[in-house]
Amino acid sequence: MLLIQCPYCAVERPELEFRYGGEAHIARPESPSELTDEQWADFLYMRSNPKGVMAERWRHVHGCGRFFNALRDTVSDRFLAVYKAGEPRPDIEAPEPTAPNKETGR
Amino acid sequence: MSEAPLYSAAGDTEAVLAAPGLRVSRTRPLARFAFRGDPAAAGKAGAAFGASLPMTPLAANRVSARAALWLGPDEWLLLAADETAAAIAVGMATALADAPHALVDVSERNVALLVEGEGAERLLNTQVFLDLDPAAFPVGMATRTLFAKAEIILWRLGDEAFAVECWRSFAPYIEGLLVEGARGL
Ligand SMILES: [Zn+2]
Repeated sequence: MLLIQCPYCAVERPELEFRYGGEAHIARPESPSELTDEQWADFLYMRSNPKGVMAERWRHVHGCGRFFNALRDTVSDRFLAVYKAGEPRPDIEAPEPTAPNKETGR
Repeated sequence: MSEAPLYSAAGDTEAVLAAPGLRVSRTRPLARFAFRGDPAAAGKAGAAFGASLPMTPLAANRVSARAALWLGPDEWLLLAADETAAAIAVGMATALADAPHALVDVSERNVALLVEGEGAERLLNTQVFLDLDPAAFPVGMATRTLFAKAEIILWRLGDEAFAVECWRSFAPYIEGLLVEGARGL
């Protein structure tokens, strides 16, 4: 089980207390009615899905209830940083090299 | 902590579990509120309630027969054993008249179990996936978490005493798993 740090509770908690919320920092368009169908579809559905560092939303749903953001390395499944909603994305790159996790073999 | 009672066991016939070094009891009804508001509203709420609302994550502040538990940055659980919910709500609504907030009476929604004894930590850890060692979960700490699939609020009242606040309809599920878990300790 993953242990995830909640930036509001300031403790590590088991993954079971959290819900995944998709990619972070996707701003809703200011004027949706002025968008083309392609632009709207892009906002709704298209995600970056990187192999490496990804900024994503999480919610501590069975704890403090807050949404927050996290940087997770999708290769190793390691959390690199967590930060409160509204704070800028930390400038963190994936640790090099992204070696397989010794404990899980992934 | 004061010695004035907040939780009191509902009586011997209501014990869920009584074994050497382990006891689980139902508790008498309390007045309970879910309070939401910003720090300014929380300050006023604490003054009116008689127990200040803690601003520190996972903290609980107990004053005599009242307590305020931090649940989130703008959310607290208020407990009172010495007055009806209706009377408390009137006083707080007056004090909070000009502060945006939500004060919801959840007295009938929640019930609490007391889990006590030297085996309390181990029993809870059959279904609670938190480190309950006193170094990680000291006396006075309170948090929302999961008990198996049921959401609870776990509050450490003493070295060997915990309160488990849960929704009323989940209580039989939690009691059943505690009895089951105690067999395996
Ligand atoms: Zn949290």
